[in-house]
Amino acid sequence: MKTSDLLQETYFALSANKVRSGLTILGIVIGIGSVIAMVSIGQGAQGSIESSIQSIGSNLILVMPGFQRGAGQAVSAGRGSAITLTQADADAIKKEVASAKEVSPELSRRYQVTAKGTNTNTQVVGTVSSYPGVRNLQMDTGSFISDQDLSSISKVAVLGPTTRDDIFGQGTDAIGQTIRISGVSFKVIGITKSKGGSGFGSQDDMIFVPLSTSQKFLANQDYVTTISIEANSQGDMQAVQQQVTDLLLQRHNISDPQLADFSVLNQEDVVATASSVTNTFTMLLASIAGISLIVGGIGIMNMMLTTVTERTREIGLRKAIGAKKRDISLQFLAESTMLTFLGGAIGICLGWLLAFLVARFAGIATQVSLFAVILAFGVSALIGIIFGYYPARRAASLSPMEALRYE
Amino acid sequence: MIECQNICKIYKSGQTETAVLKNISFKVDKGEFVAVMGPSGSGKSTLMHILGALDKPTSGIYLLNGYDVSKLSDDELADIRKNEIGFVFQSFNLLARATVLRNVALPLVYAGTSRPEREEKAKQALFSAGLGEEHWQHLSNQLSGGQMQRVAIARALVNDPAIVLADEPTGNLDSKTGEIVLDTFQRLNNKEGRTVVLITHEPYVAEHAQRIINIKDGEIISDGKNNKRRLVNGK
Repeated sequence: MKTSDLLQETYFALSANKVRSGLTILGIVIGIGSVIAMVSIGQGAQGSIESSIQSIGSNLILVMPGFQRGAGQAVSAGRGSAITLTQADADAIKKEVASAKEVSPELSRRYQVTAKGTNTNTQVVGTVSSYPGVRNLQMDTGSFISDQDLSSISKVAVLGPTTRDDIFGQGTDAIGQTIRISGVSFKVIGITKSKGGSGFGSQDDMIFVPLSTSQKFLANQDYVTTISIEANSQGDMQAVQQQVTDLLLQRHNISDPQLADFSVLNQEDVVATASSVTNTFTMLLASIAGISLIVGGIGIMNMMLTTVTERTREIGLRKAIGAKKRDISLQFLAESTMLTFLGGAIGICLGWLLAFLVARFAGIATQVSLFAVILAFGVSALIGIIFGYYPARRAASLSPMEALRYE
Repeated sequence: MIECQNICKIYKSGQTETAVLKNISFKVDKGEFVAVMGPSGSGKSTLMHILGALDKPTSGIYLLNGYDVSKLSDDELADIRKNEIGFVFQSFNLLARATVLRNVALPLVYAGTSRPEREEKAKQALFSAGLGEEHWQHLSNQLSGGQMQRVAIARALVNDPAIVLADEPTGNLDSKTGEIVLDTFQRLNNKEGRTVVLITHEPYVAEHAQRIINIKDGEIISDGKNNKRRLVNGK
């Protein structure tokens, strides 16, 4: 039997009962559609997380006080009670570690902030002039903390846009205004550009003051809570991580690395952890959707078995006029495969649409990958072949004599 | 053209054996119109299945054009059916939602014939079977019984078979349309030299053939020229 004839016979057979064909492939449509949608949402989420992690600084290495934990664990705020990092450490890193492009020590605490009758509790980050470069922060109006501010221990503050909105009202020009942090007056000298929330506490909702001012007037301590390091390039990150670790171990007089009183976190590790979390999540969702594919396949098998029984006389006739077993089984396999393939195609369109709608209306990024689409086509064709095999065999092995007599 | 030599068919069911055909022997030459007549249970259907390569005898030889068909594999039997046999069934067995043309051309699909050639041969077969052009694009379930049977006859002719095997072809038709169908067989036999073997339990139908083989309880009880020939069209 020619292939073109086979396809034509298949088309005739399937369109003989369009409603039944349509209902049968519903399971496949829903299954493929949800797999595509889930995977797209998962991929999009991963992309989002990756880019938001990247947005807090690229090639970033964070040094935090507290004991070393295993690599690849989730980042916490690192606000242990350990007081082990100092600005001197940061300076040493800047001086000794060659591939460290910029170093920015930070002292981060929450304080009560008041101004003109408003009262809020915000994160106040004491830092240096290199902070915006290391942390990918841009100024909207005014200027950031300068080295001059640092050396003169000035009481100046840079607000994030959300904090500015909370204290002064939305969009107000706050430059030159006064705020009181923990009772101490500061002058606002700049507002940062909005960056949106990241996983680490939104930088939009922070106040930046000179590190020296924070240490002297707010915290009354000389320690820092984080040292952020921007490596020269992605390739240098491992080296920088190692060198910083060695340097600090030496400075802190610790011989056993296991007993280090600090953690050095590689941004890549964080991204990898977040990726593996979203990956696992995506796979879980896809598996659940995959179950509906199996159910859909069973539906196909059931419908094909019914069809074979209904068309017993027809099968007997085809055999009587010369169809071999192979012709019959090919015919029914072609029917089931064409059904599932069509279901897969519709499902892909549906999944695409769903992913688009989710991105549009729920604001979650989605990404339909070509790989997923090709895989979906392949899987749907495979389901047709697997679940159509048994009915096709049943049809092919009918005895023409008995089939022709069938009531 | 076809020759049965001591054909036996025995059905085994558990411990019991039933001999449905016992030592059937006869010959049919090219261009003959033979009726195989017998009551229900005489074994005529079984004989038809063997003649039509749908089944194999338990013992004996079935020669078709000199070729022993009785020992072929399933696939080889299918090829015999495809090339040498044309079936006409009591209940027509057409594809209900296919057009007349597509129904008639169906055997050629399995023969791998190209579409234009199939259509051409189908049209010729429909002419032979006496179904006018106006019906060719109709769906087969829109036709009357007599028309459907003529479509079936055309389908049986389309692969130019060695024999046309008709199993109770008038069984589902009224007497008038039955006559038209029997006339078609006579015309095909007379004008086109078709070899026709017609299975029936009705003497009235059998008497339209040139020769009648009587079969009862699995044995041939008589085989000879039909002296009471009924000709639909006089000649």
